[in-house]
Amino acid sequence: MSPEPATVRYCYAITRPFPADLLHGVAGIHRAALRPVHEAGLVAVTSPVPAADFDESALRRNLEDLDWLAGVARAHSAVVDAVAEVSATLPLRLATVYLDEGRVRTMLREGRRRFAAALDRITGRVEWGVKVSTRPATGPGANRPDPAVDSGRSYLRRRLAERDARETGWRRAAAAAGEIDRTLSALAENRRQYRPQHAQLSGGRGENVLNVAYLVAEERSAAFVDRFVALRDAASDFQVELTGPWAPYSFAEATGGADAHTAEPREAVR
Amino acid sequence: MNGEPSREAGVEVRRDAGGPLASRDVALVDLLDRLLAGGVVLVGDLTLAIADVDLVHVSLRAVISSVRAGEVRAR
Repeated sequence: MSPEPATVRYCYAITRPFPADLLHGVAGIHRAALRPVHEAGLVAVTSPVPAADFDESALRRNLEDLDWLAGVARAHSAVVDAVAEVSATLPLRLATVYLDEGRVRTMLREGRRRFAAALDRITGRVEWGVKVSTRPATGPGANRPDPAVDSGRSYLRRRLAERDARETGWRRAAAAAGEIDRTLSALAENRRQYRPQHAQLSGGRGENVLNVAYLVAEERSAAFVDRFVALRDAASDFQVELTGPWAPYSFAEATGGADAHTAEPREAVR
Repeated sequence: MNGEPSREAGVEVRRDAGGPLASRDVALVDLLDRLLAGGVVLVGDLTLAIADVDLVHVSLRAVISSVRAGEVRAR
């Protein structure tokens, strides 16, 4: 038995070669030192992680643990952001793990055409996220009747009015979302729509009706943000929110607007 | 890009006030959208059966149940 706990290689991102000292001071999951793996004219940014955390059953368990999930997600994101500062970067999906450095090299070699094409696609671009949501339903008493006459019938009427207001708010936000999406898409090279976020997760400040990522050329980013600000300032009865700039997480696969379901069937090495 | 406000003037980004997750990580929910449904999809060596939708499902359940637990504790 090995005296050290077994480790495997967690892969954060794929990029083109860059001077390793540019990542000085950046650490990976559990503060492990980053180990760039060079192969086929590409670099996979990796770090060792405990094998016991990432085998299938452990990972399934760990993903149910929000502290673990948040820790790994933030570490992954910090590494991707640091790499993206120095070179065009393809972020990998969370929890992409290989047994050892040799397996990482094999992955780079076998995928080199796909990765090079994807890097060409995202070089000089950033990702912006835009969300459109309704205003929270409990506005300052717009539809409230006089509470003094809140009989059973008026209670019912009030509940119906609240429901109507919610539906009206949703329709307005959805209509506005379509217009906002068209306007911002005109400044973007690609877009990808995510499922609307659960209100409980995004802050409970209204219902999320649109959740989109846009791939925007760096030189058009300022114009994109300006356009967003104008749209936000014009928004009266719904909310819009901008996040980013992100590394191009949403455009790392070649599928454009569709969801990525391109996992290549390959024999697992165990 | 690490949780800092945007370099673009006049817009606050990577900030989300008041949500259940906001106190722990301003952008965790946005980050999870990208980390669980975006990124390059590779078949790694250890996690063959956990891919795509499955991963999203498992993790979202964790997030939602954790948020609910937080709400219960807060009462």
